[in-house]
Amino acid sequence: MIVFLSHLINGLSLGSVYAIIALGYTMVYGIAKMLNFAHGDVIMVGGYISYILMFNLGMPWWVALLAAMLVCTLLGVLIEGFAYRPLRAAPSLAVLITAIGVSYLLQNSALLIWKSNPKSYPSIIEGSLMLIKGETASDSLSVTYISLMTVGACVIIMVGLTLFTSNTKMGKAMRACSEDKGAAQLMGINVNKTISVTFAIGSALAAVAGVLMCSSYPTLSPTTGSMPGIKAFTAAVFGGIGSIPGAFLGGLLIGLIESFAKAYVSTQLANTIVFAVLIIVLLIRPAGLLGKYVPEKV
Amino acid sequence: MAMLEVNGINVYYGSIHAIKDISFEVNQGEIVTLIGANGAGKSTTLQTISGLLRSRTGSILFEGKSLGGIPAHKVVSMGIAHVPEGRRIFQQMTVEENIEMGAYTRPAGEYAANLENVFRHFPRLEERRRQIAGTLSGGEQQMLAMGRAMMSAPQLLMLDEPSMGLSPILVDEIFDIIKAFHESGTTILLVEQNANKSLAISDRAYVLENGKITLTGTGKELMQSEEIKKAYLGG
Repeated sequence: MIVFLSHLINGLSLGSVYAIIALGYTMVYGIAKMLNFAHGDVIMVGGYISYILMFNLGMPWWVALLAAMLVCTLLGVLIEGFAYRPLRAAPSLAVLITAIGVSYLLQNSALLIWKSNPKSYPSIIEGSLMLIKGETASDSLSVTYISLMTVGACVIIMVGLTLFTSNTKMGKAMRACSEDKGAAQLMGINVNKTISVTFAIGSALAAVAGVLMCSSYPTLSPTTGSMPGIKAFTAAVFGGIGSIPGAFLGGLLIGLIESFAKAYVSTQLANTIVFAVLIIVLLIRPAGLLGKYVPEKV
Repeated sequence: MAMLEVNGINVYYGSIHAIKDISFEVNQGEIVTLIGANGAGKSTTLQTISGLLRSRTGSILFEGKSLGGIPAHKVVSMGIAHVPEGRRIFQQMTVEENIEMGAYTRPAGEYAANLENVFRHFPRLEERRRQIAGTLSGGEQQMLAMGRAMMSAPQLLMLDEPSMGLSPILVDEIFDIIKAFHESGTTILLVEQNANKSLAISDRAYVLENGKITLTGTGKELMQSEEIKKAYLGG
């Protein structure tokens, strides 16, 4: 039971990281109708920026986090403006290939700047909370503060984004753009600006995810963001791409499946199982768990 | 000076020459209709005025200011609202959220008064203000699209096929509302296939055929014209 609970906690914590990344994916997809495959690499940049500020310059973690969010926000807006905006009217395949190109550009730039050897990233918050005190270590259940913080951050972000999109003028404009960009323009909504804001939010979230993820899984290298990026993309599709609660649910489920698969099946097969579950879910519900199936209009 | 002056515009879809050297004008306080068959270029003309499409040559002046190069989202705040073909309401948003989007460019202080005005014309929208717009009937969606456009308090309201797909009773209702908007001081540029109804309320009309204006006159003149009777009024 203790073992099960500890895997559950791990799964929730990992799933929260995926969910935060997936929220960025899903918002960008929902509004710009494109898959930003460079999203995972923005996480890595956030990791490096926070690492440098905390461990090379000795700043407090929250300063490092805010700075990483700022840098990633700018990076996201720049990527959108230079790489994706000129392709607004281009076929989606061209945009997809560009996104993959941007992903490699970021990874290789990181390789050039920060070199290939992984850095060991100490957690921003040490220590853990004892939940069940047993005779021995294997009888006890504890949860690290960073896990609590990760889950908490994820819930706050999900609730915050939901409130933002349903209550603010900009949030509503985003939903209008996601449904019909032409009609949104006729309302006076600046579609390019709205897409920029979406990238800014998604990239700031990627920075948060980067700091939290590196704190829990303490290796940082130029390819750190790619696998979590793909898993989070999976999570977004799993939950129903474009849906904010879907990304949250999908992220948590992918984290839990991965954690339990590692614990009870095989560490090597964990990823296989994650993607197998995705395939099965998509066969049964092509739009994802919470997604709406929208037929192509002719 | 006319409120809207369209001078010799040419619009292309790729290599298709959709609008061929069209010129027309709308004066303050008028109802002007563009009639024509499917594919004649009526919707394209409206989309070019609202900035969704660009003309290669010619000019469009609104109150003396050129609309050339002005992005679509800025045309609204100049005083032109466009109710597009097929309504294009935001299906997954509520009725009230749709209406709020219509007021996007207006100062928050005006909202209550504009909302009251819209609800006065469309009491049904008020009843359904919390409903998801996609669940409205076709007629209600048309009313929502018109109400949404009126939230920007436009001087010129462009309506693209407002009667399309509606029952005769609803068509009458929609035309009554267009007249009411007009009486409250809004200039109207209407695109219609229902030539009978639209010519009856129009001050002037232009007939579009294959991207060209082939005939123009007052609403009454065109209703009498043998050519129009044959082609658009069912004999």
